[in-house]
Amino acid sequence: MKWETVIGLEVHTQLATKSKIFSGSSTAFGAAPNTQASAVDIALPGVLPVLNRGAVECAIRFGLAIGGNLNRVNVFDRKNYFYPDLPKGYQISQLAKPIVEGGALKIVVGDTERTINLTRAHMEEDAGKSLHEDFHGMTGIDLNRAGTPLLEIVSEPEMRSSAEAVAYARALHTLVTWIGICDGNMQEGSFRVDANVSVRPVGQAEFGTRREIKNLNSFRFLQQAIDYEVRWQIETLEDGGRIEQATVLFDPDRGETRMMRSKEEAHDYRYFPDPDLLPVKLDEDWIERVRATLPELPAAMQARFQRDYGVSAYDAAVLTGSRALADYFEAVAKACGQGKLAANWVMGELSAALNKAELDIVQCPVSAAQLGTLIARIQDGTLSGKLAKQVFEGLWEGAGEVDAIIEARGLKQMSDSGELEKIIDEVLAANPKSVEEFRSGKEKAFNALVGQVMKASRGKANPAQVNELLKIKLQ
Amino acid sequence: MSETSLSALAAQLAGKQVSSRELAQSYLGRIVALNPSINAFITVDAEKTLLEAAAADARIAAGQAGPLTGVPIAHKDIFCTDGWLTTCGSKMLSNFVAPYDAHVIQRFKAAGMPSLGKTNMDEFAMGSSNETSYYGAVKNPWNTAYVPGGSSGGAAACVAARMAPAATGTDTGGSIRQPAALCGITGLKPTYGLVSRYGMIAFASSLDQAGPMAPSAEDCALLLNVMTGFDPSDSTSLEREKEDYARDLDKPLAGLRVGLPREFFAEGLNNEVAAAVDAAVAELKTLGATPVDISLANSKLAIPVYYVLAPAEASSNLSRFDGVRYGYRAPDYANLDDMYCKTRAQGFGAEVKRRILIGAYVLSHGYYDAYYLQAQKIRRLIADDFSEAFKVCDVILGPTAPGTAFKLGEKSDDPVEMYLNDLYTIPANLAGLPGMSLPCGFDAKGLPIGLQLVGNYFSEAKMLNVAHQYQRVTDWHARAPEGLK
Repeated sequence: MKWETVIGLEVHTQLATKSKIFSGSSTAFGAAPNTQASAVDIALPGVLPVLNRGAVECAIRFGLAIGGNLNRVNVFDRKNYFYPDLPKGYQISQLAKPIVEGGALKIVVGDTERTINLTRAHMEEDAGKSLHEDFHGMTGIDLNRAGTPLLEIVSEPEMRSSAEAVAYARALHTLVTWIGICDGNMQEGSFRVDANVSVRPVGQAEFGTRREIKNLNSFRFLQQAIDYEVRWQIETLEDGGRIEQATVLFDPDRGETRMMRSKEEAHDYRYFPDPDLLPVKLDEDWIERVRATLPELPAAMQARFQRDYGVSAYDAAVLTGSRALADYFEAVAKACGQGKLAANWVMGELSAALNKAELDIVQCPVSAAQLGTLIARIQDGTLSGKLAKQVFEGLWEGAGEVDAIIEARGLKQMSDSGELEKIIDEVLAANPKSVEEFRSGKEKAFNALVGQVMKASRGKANPAQVNELLKIKLQ
Repeated sequence: MSETSLSALAAQLAGKQVSSRELAQSYLGRIVALNPSINAFITVDAEKTLLEAAAADARIAAGQAGPLTGVPIAHKDIFCTDGWLTTCGSKMLSNFVAPYDAHVIQRFKAAGMPSLGKTNMDEFAMGSSNETSYYGAVKNPWNTAYVPGGSSGGAAACVAARMAPAATGTDTGGSIRQPAALCGITGLKPTYGLVSRYGMIAFASSLDQAGPMAPSAEDCALLLNVMTGFDPSDSTSLEREKEDYARDLDKPLAGLRVGLPREFFAEGLNNEVAAAVDAAVAELKTLGATPVDISLANSKLAIPVYYVLAPAEASSNLSRFDGVRYGYRAPDYANLDDMYCKTRAQGFGAEVKRRILIGAYVLSHGYYDAYYLQAQKIRRLIADDFSEAFKVCDVILGPTAPGTAFKLGEKSDDPVEMYLNDLYTIPANLAGLPGMSLPCGFDAKGLPIGLQLVGNYFSEAKMLNVAHQYQRVTDWHARAPEGLK
């Protein structure tokens, strides 16, 4: 039997506000335990929540960015359950009337572009942390994170492979960092993914029973967890078993998912509207003011890059992987007037160097203006591609500006044809065998001679010019 | 004006006839003498009180006194009070010293009014007799075999016994008005949102409202001036201009239309109470008021609606008492679940547990629509009845409670019988309207009878005007229990 995978993602993004969603405490990561927990955060008797408008603004930005419907009146509900790191015994969230409904996100997998629809996005508060390892026979509770604002973003079950799920998660990660509502730091838990996974026979209309993989904090784990889960579900079904609805955890060390709780153990959260908070009302003015501060969005920029710079859909998607990268590319392209060449350099040489040095584009030692000048020097014939790479190395090391490096290191492409002819004559004289082979019809020998000339010029000869002159000499 | 009215005390303080310290000392002395038989206070701390009184005296001496600076007041133990044990009448918080002041406490401190102590109350404000307190029942000062009402029973009793010139209370379904009625004092529950709930331990957030309790309407007006005001820490606090609630006290009542809801004078109302309320209506007529027959048809559903909504909110509000961070924790437990279960089983009393169970039930999957949502719809209908009524009357009048004080233990085994005591008070909470109770007579046993006024939103000044005019021509509110010396 052939199987189809169905995946929907729920992503918790930590909103980049300075203070918590219902109190004035700082949301900064890494402070000593419980030093960023106020009376409200630790839920002393009598305290009350006050909504942080900044968090609502983040949610509005997101709703606008995905073209979703912003509920002009949305409501906070209480989700009731007991856990030591949940100080009030309930989490303030949004169930019936979330701030955002609908919207869509474009993803590119290989050469295929797809649109994934979103179900909803709602605001809620994060819980604290239970520290099980640090205290012998006891559990420590750190409430610094309690009350940190989250936007939970739920997709429709429209992804059909782990690759699509990863592409969606990446596109979402790009978007939330792009519009500045989340720092995107996955190690610190700012972007956490839950994957709902099921399989069904190809052609079957109904969904299979899903299992939810909780708390995946890297794209790699997301891919591995889904792949494992899909294999496991198919094997189980093919062995005549049944899938029970459940929540599972991914163990990265063993590469397996394991059961956390079954449907029977699921909580009844007894949701009801939080009487301590008024419904959130979004007036048109507020929405328009937020809209005015939105930057050009990745999808619009991708279309523009394809149109203005002639790059492919795939390249445009890669180049808009982050706002900083897109801005960098565009600055390079403008500086040199060569969109495609700029794209090749940014995605090739530059990205490789950044990866090797484990640097982000914002930490790049080579400025966009420098790279633009470098590409311009290739274009005007001053540099060959090979020489340009050497100049790039110089730029990376901080050896100065492009022209200064070319000058200092003598990397200028040979433009004097007299000097080049002299080298060619010497090479032809030193390689009679190759000359003979070429004349007897072996094209390969010509390339060998070009190589010899380039070598003799120490790379400075213009390869096009070498070709041209060699052909004349050998006639 | 009695010699212990707030304005009289304030005048004596201003005229240097008495110091705040002397005043506090005299009330503290009365507490020492009477509290053992009344049990109105959970915590008294003379040292703290006298320090606050001394500070008030300094303010008076410096010419920086406000209208009530130096006048002491007792606070219901539901308000977090910095450095004071704040128990909410529960074993669960029997070791909880609040690290901050509730907004209401901040306001009284800012007004320079020393705290005489924390008054006894039904556990987490759940009760109508003050018998659910972990700290024992409060006795009615008019007859100590009887209950003072609840949940602000300690507050009502301490004012009735003149252990304090005034007290704060809170009212979720009648917890200010019913004990005020049963103890023969005046108490007012303001419009929902007028007094900040910050620092007031939550019972049912959409219903809870703090208010003043004192012998007279005039006293309550002065206290309301201190208590009300916008608080950004409470999202349900209303941002509106500050009013002087005493401004209309002396207005004549000519032309006043008094609505008498048929349903409040029907079956279940004690004859002596009915007669006293009728007499009060007659009195108001002589002052120029016109009675108007009105109907609050849906108010008969108020008790069932209330006993869905209030427990629903309470079941969630009380989840924070889990033994993890503060308050009581069971001494022995096997694991986390066991710790939760034992802590809450041991820390909460029977009535609180009953309401948590009801609340969890009505919110649970499959029952939410039938109970919680349905109750919310009826709540709306009850509020609509009031809006209709206020088209034809200025204030609604009726009994506060169906009877006078009952004997300790008389109703404690029958929760439904107990709940019926709040039949007339609950509708105002559900609608968010202001309501007050004032004394209007005594029954044959010598127990006080309460008259209730319910006003339209923000009509506190009008209600206080009606009550004050009534109290100018009657002396029920000025009477104090004879037996207490």
